[in-house]
Amino acid sequence: MTFKRQDGRKIDELRPMKAKIGVVPNADGSAMFQFGDTIAIAAVYGPKKMHPQHMQNPEKGTLRCNYNMISFSVNDRIRPGPSRRSTEISKITEWALEPVLMIKQFPNMVIDVHINILQANASTRCAGINAAAMALAHAGIPMKEMVSSVSIGKLDKQLVADVSKYEEDWKEGEGATDIPITLTNSGKLTHIQLDGKISFSQLKEAMELAKKVTKEIHEIQKKALKEIGEEQ
Amino acid sequence: MDPVRKVSNLTGNRIKEYLAEGKRFDGRKPEEFREIIIETGISKNAEGSAKVKIGKTEVMVGVKMAISEPYADSPDKGNLMVTAELLPLSSPRYETGPPRFEAIELGRVIDRGIRESKFIEFEKLCLKEGEKVWTLFIDIYSLNDDGNLLDAAGIGAIAALKTAKIPKYDEVEEKVIYGELSNESIPLKKELPISMTVHKLGDNFIVDPTLDEEDVSETRITICSSEGVISSMQKGETKELTSEEFNKILDIAEKTEKDLFKQLKTKIGK
Amino acid sequence: MSEGKKIVIPGEIIVSGDNYLPGEGTEKRGKDVVAIRFGLAEEFDRLIKVIPLSGVYQPRRGNVVIGKVENVTFNGWVIDICAPENAFLMVAEVPRYVNKDGLEEVMDIGDMVVAKIWNINKRGIDLSIKVRGLGKIEGGMIVQVNSNKVPRIIGKEGSMINLIKDATGCNITVGQNGLIWIKGNTIDDELNAKKTILFISDKSFISGLTEEVKKFLEEIKK
Repeated sequence: MTFKRQDGRKIDELRPMKAKIGVVPNADGSAMFQFGDTIAIAAVYGPKKMHPQHMQNPEKGTLRCNYNMISFSVNDRIRPGPSRRSTEISKITEWALEPVLMIKQFPNMVIDVHINILQANASTRCAGINAAAMALAHAGIPMKEMVSSVSIGKLDKQLVADVSKYEEDWKEGEGATDIPITLTNSGKLTHIQLDGKISFSQLKEAMELAKKVTKEIHEIQKKALKEIGEEQ
Repeated sequence: MDPVRKVSNLTGNRIKEYLAEGKRFDGRKPEEFREIIIETGISKNAEGSAKVKIGKTEVMVGVKMAISEPYADSPDKGNLMVTAELLPLSSPRYETGPPRFEAIELGRVIDRGIRESKFIEFEKLCLKEGEKVWTLFIDIYSLNDDGNLLDAAGIGAIAALKTAKIPKYDEVEEKVIYGELSNESIPLKKELPISMTVHKLGDNFIVDPTLDEEDVSETRITICSSEGVISSMQKGETKELTSEEFNKILDIAEKTEKDLFKQLKTKIGK
Repeated sequence: MSEGKKIVIPGEIIVSGDNYLPGEGTEKRGKDVVAIRFGLAEEFDRLIKVIPLSGVYQPRRGNVVIGKVENVTFNGWVIDICAPENAFLMVAEVPRYVNKDGLEEVMDIGDMVVAKIWNINKRGIDLSIKVRGLGKIEGGMIVQVNSNKVPRIIGKEGSMINLIKDATGCNITVGQNGLIWIKGNTIDDELNAKKTILFISDKSFISGLTEEVKKFLEEIKK
């Protein structure tokens, strides 16, 4: 018996993805990334001198990420301004991206990455990380490789790739377990979070599923970057 | 403190010299707008939404609705709250943190334009006098700032309001069913309130400045009017105006608003 | 895409083989030459480089740049050259005597200057205006493009920029940092030069750009 997802997807099928770079002309690098109805845009400003001075790091550059959901990105209006959740996700995003950035050559400088979620249907932090990675490349920041992020879910006992809002609220059986994961193109892990209920062995399976589907996401990101000639 | 990457004196002077010959850097006439592109219904979770591009300037506006208690002095009227955010994403000049003055002014100027023009029929947004009314939230976000966010935001707000649909309301549970829209539009007057800003640079006046032109603007007046009737006005920045200059600005605004109105009527439709 | 060069992204293997050497924007990992920057991969006699297409200007010694005076200190001027760091022009690098109280008279905040980067070290970027043709600029206008487009705008041995200069009769100084100073006899000439430069910046990818630019210049003259 095959597991049926609400939108008809197979268990390892991602929602239709869209990606584009150069969406914010003012920025040094920018990109949009979309999983189904979840839309994230990211803009990079830098490298530039870090202010205030006391926050400068003489050994390497600083990556500073800011994640924000706009008020009408969700059904229940979000009051504008930072929240504890957005502050945590901002830090998580920094941790997901920094391992691949070669910022030792930018002492005392900062690279600002601003991520805004324009529309949310779960997996917003993953969409944000995917957009940010493209924006950083577009900004010419030296990077060892790209990163791709996806949310792996466990609905009751079934693992699925790219969790939608409907699936996030899964109540049957063991409920929903949400596992956002970010992997580099060569398969190294830079970010993982989990909430729900899962066995050690099934978590390893989830990781294998993530490795498989992040390759597809990487292809989308690569294609968007290579289309820079056409987007002008 | 000077904004980041403010236009140089040299270019600023050149801009004014060109204007004295009636020319602008991008080839426009002083009273000409850049190309305006309006997309409505771009947000799945907002009750109404619009994305407006004027040249490279881009804003996104969303309308959300909620049920709340009316204000004590208007027990049978709905409420309006307009908020603007200058996203750090949209310009190297904006940083994360509490809203800067420009964001606050932007929200308030657009609010005033909509409110004073009586565009929204607030009495029709009352569900139960003294107890339950609809509150309209208009949220404006800058996505790329190349000058004239004020006018882009004004157009976006009107477009979002015009194309919004009221969400379904569950009378029994007494709550809004977000995600399910009724066929009802927000009760609005027929006449669109058009908001636009005229800037003074040296001895010349322009509309729709690019970022560089905005940097050398000495003073500006934003006028909101509807079919020839002015409902709100705001003068910003520090230079004074003679009465001839003020009249000239009014003439420019009157004429340009007519052209803008024609454009918007076809682009927003209905 | 132009002439067999390909766009590469960070982490992408450009070529593989023992005899290839990793140049700028690349790294050797085992036998593979891997891109570590987003840009156009180019080969020069087995040296593989990645030419950036976008991103902030990376200053280099010897570059001629155009900048704006941000601040005047007791011994020089702090200049914004649209790089990650500000640059500094010392009084000693000005070819005339400057009274220690008269710095503002030579150049004040907001003024534009053409200068050469003569040194870059841990402390910052040092500028000089001792060479002829450098110094404060007056009149004309500044156009800004992404610094990565500058080579296209200049063209092989200046061929492209000379095309524009001849067609519009303007004096044009191109800063390696993407700031370009145009000064012409009439406003229309300056605007035409600006339009052409922006045209090249937008279409920098296509081959046969020179022909397109010639056509463009003919069109705008009408």
